[in-house]
Amino acid sequence: MEHLDISENGLPAHAKRRVMGADMRPQSPKGSRVPDAKIQSTQDWADHILRIRTKDQAAFKELFAHFAPRVKGFLIKSGADEALAEECTQEVMATIWRKAEMFDPSRAAVSTWIYTIARNRKIDMLRKRRRPEPEDLPWGPEAEPDAEDTFSMQQETQRLGEAIRALPEKQRQLVEKAYFGDLSHSEIAEETGLPLGTIKSRIRLALDRLRHQMK
Amino acid sequence: MSDIKHHLTDQLLMAYSAGTLPEAFDLIVAAHLSMCDACRAAAESFDATGGALIDDLASADLSDDSFAATMRLIEDAPMLTAPKPRKKGVLPAPVQDFVGGDLESVKWRSIGMGVKQAIIPTEKDATARLLYIPAGCAVPDHGHRGTELTLVLQGAFQDETDHFGPGDIEVADEDLFHTPVADIGEDCICLAATDAPLRFRSLLPRLAQPFLRI
Ligand SMILES: [Zn+2]
Repeated sequence: MEHLDISENGLPAHAKRRVMGADMRPQSPKGSRVPDAKIQSTQDWADHILRIRTKDQAAFKELFAHFAPRVKGFLIKSGADEALAEECTQEVMATIWRKAEMFDPSRAAVSTWIYTIARNRKIDMLRKRRRPEPEDLPWGPEAEPDAEDTFSMQQETQRLGEAIRALPEKQRQLVEKAYFGDLSHSEIAEETGLPLGTIKSRIRLALDRLRHQMK
Repeated sequence: MSDIKHHLTDQLLMAYSAGTLPEAFDLIVAAHLSMCDACRAAAESFDATGGALIDDLASADLSDDSFAATMRLIEDAPMLTAPKPRKKGVLPAPVQDFVGGDLESVKWRSIGMGVKQAIIPTEKDATARLLYIPAGCAVPDHGHRGTELTLVLQGAFQDETDHFGPGDIEVADEDLFHTPVADIGEDCICLAATDAPLRFRSLLPRLAQPFLRI
C-alpha cells in the first residue's frame, strides 16, 4: 500500500534550524524554489500561528477573519443551526488560540489543523462524545519544526488544494459531501439516487487522482 | 512497527477524517494509527483534504459580537499544551483511555474454550471488544451482518484469509465466515469492532484443527 509520507518528523537534530522568527521559509531554498503567491499565503497562516503563540492579537484577528466564517459554514453544513454554529465557531477559534503552542507547521498546514479542531468539535456537538485520537507522536515543545520540512509541507498542502479545485464538479461534490454532509456512503447513495458501488468507485477515483497529483 | 502488512482501507481512513464513523470504529482506527506510521500519514493527508475543502467553503455570516465573544472565551481559559505521553503498554493509548488503564484494568469474561472477551462501552451503533485468545486456540466460528475489523495488539492469529501479526488489521465484510486461530507460542490479544451483532454459527465453540499449525 502506497502512502504519502507526511508524518516524518524532521531531520536529525544537527540539521535543524530554529524557526521561531516571523519568516519560516528557509533562508536559501534549494534550487530555484520560488514560492508563488498561493504558497506564500499558506505559509502566511503558519506564520500567524507562531505570532499567536506570543499572544499577538492582530495576527489572531486576521486569522479569525479568514477562518471563522468558513468554520461556521462547515458547522452549518454539518447540521448545526445558526445559534449553535456561532457558539461552536467561537469555541473552535478560542481553541486555536489556546492550542497555538501545539501546532507543528512541519506536519500540517494551518487549514488542516483548523479542520481537525472544527471536525472534533462537530463530533462533540452532533454526537455528544469525544473522538478517540491516536497516540501522540513523541515530539515536545523543545523539538523545533524544521524549516525545510515546514516549507515543503505547506507547499504540498497548497498543491492538494489546487488538485481538489481541479476535480470535475461531480467528483468534487461527492468528496465534499462525504466530508461535510455527515453522510455515510450508503446515505450518499440514497441522496443522489446512485448505486453504492458507483459512489465508492468515484470516491476512490477522486482520491486516486488527488494522490497522484500530490506526487 | 514496520512489519505491518494489513492496513486500513482508504474508505475507513476518509470516514475517520470526516468524523462519520461509529465510535467503536473511531476507536479501532485510532488504535491502528497509534501502531502504524503509514496509515497515520495517510490519515493526515485525508485531514489535509478536509482542510483544503474548508478553505474553499462558502463563508457564513458571523454575529457582530463574534470576535469579541471569542476573545472573552480566551481570557477565561488557560493555554493548552500537548498531553503527557501515556505509559506504553499492550493496549494503545486510545484503548487505554476507554478501558481506564492497560491490560490489568480489563475485566475479562469467558466465552468458552479459554477465549475471553471484554466489551468496551461505546455508542450503540457499533460494538468494540477486546479478545483474549490463548496460544493455539480458536475464536468461535462466526459471521457478521456488517463490517468487522480486527486489530492484533499482541501475538498473532491465522484465519481462512491470511496470517495477522501485531498491528495488522483485518477488514472483513459480511460474506466472511471466519475462525481466527491464535499462533502457538504467545497468547493473542485483539481489538475487534463490528457495526452489527455477531452471528455465532454454533453455540458450542470448537477448535478448528486444520488451522492449528503444530
Ligand atoms: Zn496501517
